[in-house]
Amino acid sequence: MSTSTPSPMGEATTSPVGGVPSPPASGRRPRRWSRIQIVGLLFVLPAGLYILIFQMIPVVYGFVLSFTEYNPIRRGGPEFTGLDNYAELVGDPEFGKALLMTGRYVLQVLPATVVIALVLALLVNRPFRGVGLFRSALYLPHIVSLTVVSMVWLWMYSPSGLFNDILTRFDFSPQTWLLDADTALNAVSGMRIWKALGSNMVLLLAGLQSIPRDLYEAARVDGAGRWKTFRYVTLPGLRPMLVYVVVMDIIFLAQGFAEVYVLTKGGPLGSTTTVNFLIYTEAFQYNQFGSASAMAFVLFAFIVGFSVLSVRSLVGRQK
Amino acid sequence: MTGTRSAAMTSPRTRRIKGTSQVPAMIFLYILSFLVVIPFVWMISLAFTPNHEAFGSVSLIPANPTLENFGTAWIDANLGRAMFNSLLVAVAVVACNCVFSVLAGYAFALMPFPGSFGIFLGILATTAIPVSVTLIPLFLMARGIPLAGGNDILGQGGSGLLDTLVGVMLPYLILPMNIFLARQYFSTSPPELAEAARIDGASEWRIFRSVYLPLAKPLVAVVAIFSFVGVWDDFLWPLVVTNTESSQTVQLALARFLASGNIQYGPLMAGAVIATIPVVILFLFNQRAFVSGLADGSVKG
Repeated sequence: MSTSTPSPMGEATTSPVGGVPSPPASGRRPRRWSRIQIVGLLFVLPAGLYILIFQMIPVVYGFVLSFTEYNPIRRGGPEFTGLDNYAELVGDPEFGKALLMTGRYVLQVLPATVVIALVLALLVNRPFRGVGLFRSALYLPHIVSLTVVSMVWLWMYSPSGLFNDILTRFDFSPQTWLLDADTALNAVSGMRIWKALGSNMVLLLAGLQSIPRDLYEAARVDGAGRWKTFRYVTLPGLRPMLVYVVVMDIIFLAQGFAEVYVLTKGGPLGSTTTVNFLIYTEAFQYNQFGSASAMAFVLFAFIVGFSVLSVRSLVGRQK
Repeated sequence: MTGTRSAAMTSPRTRRIKGTSQVPAMIFLYILSFLVVIPFVWMISLAFTPNHEAFGSVSLIPANPTLENFGTAWIDANLGRAMFNSLLVAVAVVACNCVFSVLAGYAFALMPFPGSFGIFLGILATTAIPVSVTLIPLFLMARGIPLAGGNDILGQGGSGLLDTLVGVMLPYLILPMNIFLARQYFSTSPPELAEAARIDGASEWRIFRSVYLPLAKPLVAVVAIFSFVGVWDDFLWPLVVTNTESSQTVQLALARFLASGNIQYGPLMAGAVIATIPVVILFLFNQRAFVSGLADGSVKG
């Protein structure tokens, strides 16, 4: 349906536009765009305009909203309130707690999932029959939606679910998992560690396979043991991919939402309310678009800060 | 899984890791893989377990397997409508991405113009923007689309694209990540083909359509899958933009079913299975594209 749109648009508009400048341009004017460049611009135009309108302008719009008070139900429009929203966030214990919980969530999930994924990548980076099956199976949690896997884990964590079933079989007392403010975030983290394994493993596997073989040959010739080979060949070769994996994980984990929505709804006692969940409730339950926008930008700043910090610490060691 | 065990042990070539430690490594791999897969096994098992048995100690293989849960989920969660909505949205998003994202990536790689690299970097940077930052503005923009959903020419008065399928697909129509993937792909295509075609008098559109696009089938597969899974699995935007069953996606239908009263794990898991089938089918037939798409988008840039 939409396949046919670019063809008339591309050709119909290019010929007049491209045709006009070329005849007088015969006198060699370097400044003038060539026909190919103009068509190139036209090819980029639909996507570029779309990204501008639906990705870039919303960021500016959101930033402006963060300095206003705006209830979308009352159609009065946003009211400019300066830095009020941000000032309120500084003293807001609920927001502070959500930031802390989000940070804890990222720090709990990230190292565990990266380390296990690395182990898995190393294990499936060897030729043996059926390796493809293992790679596919391990990748499965990644392609199934967060909503669905959260529902499966909701059952596993339920009072009579899989975990308690196993515990009682070995004569341990059943746990409350998601229903206890002390353990709920850990339980959500456990699910997310599992969920993030697949993509991390595949990325790290690609990283492992991009390390030149002759480096391993050389290490072997030099008599390096397995640990030394890993430490001085594999890890340095894997570093660019490791940086990418860590940054991507930070960006995704810091925005945790669907898992919280399904598993705990932010409870008990706000113990699993991530910033994204708080933003959602603030905006779409309490209709506070202004302060919710301010929260989103504080989260944005934290994500950027965390990412830069982790890139620095990972890349810095290279020297 | 069990059939490959002996074969794996007698793997002829061992590189990097010396042969002596194969056995513990394989056992470790089996245990980890088992732990990764087990939730899905339970999901399927529960989907076939009669609902009244789904509480208390459940056995992995249902004693009285039933299809009843699928019927309950299909009707109570209105999954038929939701699947239809999700499929329609996904098809539109895939088509749009396969045309416009690929075209833009192609131009960035093979038809550069002054400033094109800057524009490309700008587009790439948008991939790092958190969803929550654009969520509220996009909601207001969807509500304020002029002349839609009872709006006047200024986008006032009606509900715009809220609670419509067009509204649901709006943020995914052209995904910046796909433009990036396309540019990376076409950067490694030979530019000589275009030069030859230009000498033959082919238009730029034809060069793209008949010369480079046929060579880019793996890329189109990756873009299609990336877009499909992205929009199929997403939750937050559909949650915000829809509020009736007429436009809700399948993930949302499940979440609303979950929230609609006492949890019925049997039907819930049956619904989860239904919602997952399209993605799994896509995965089984295109495993390479799934995996390479993920890896291509990473450190090459």
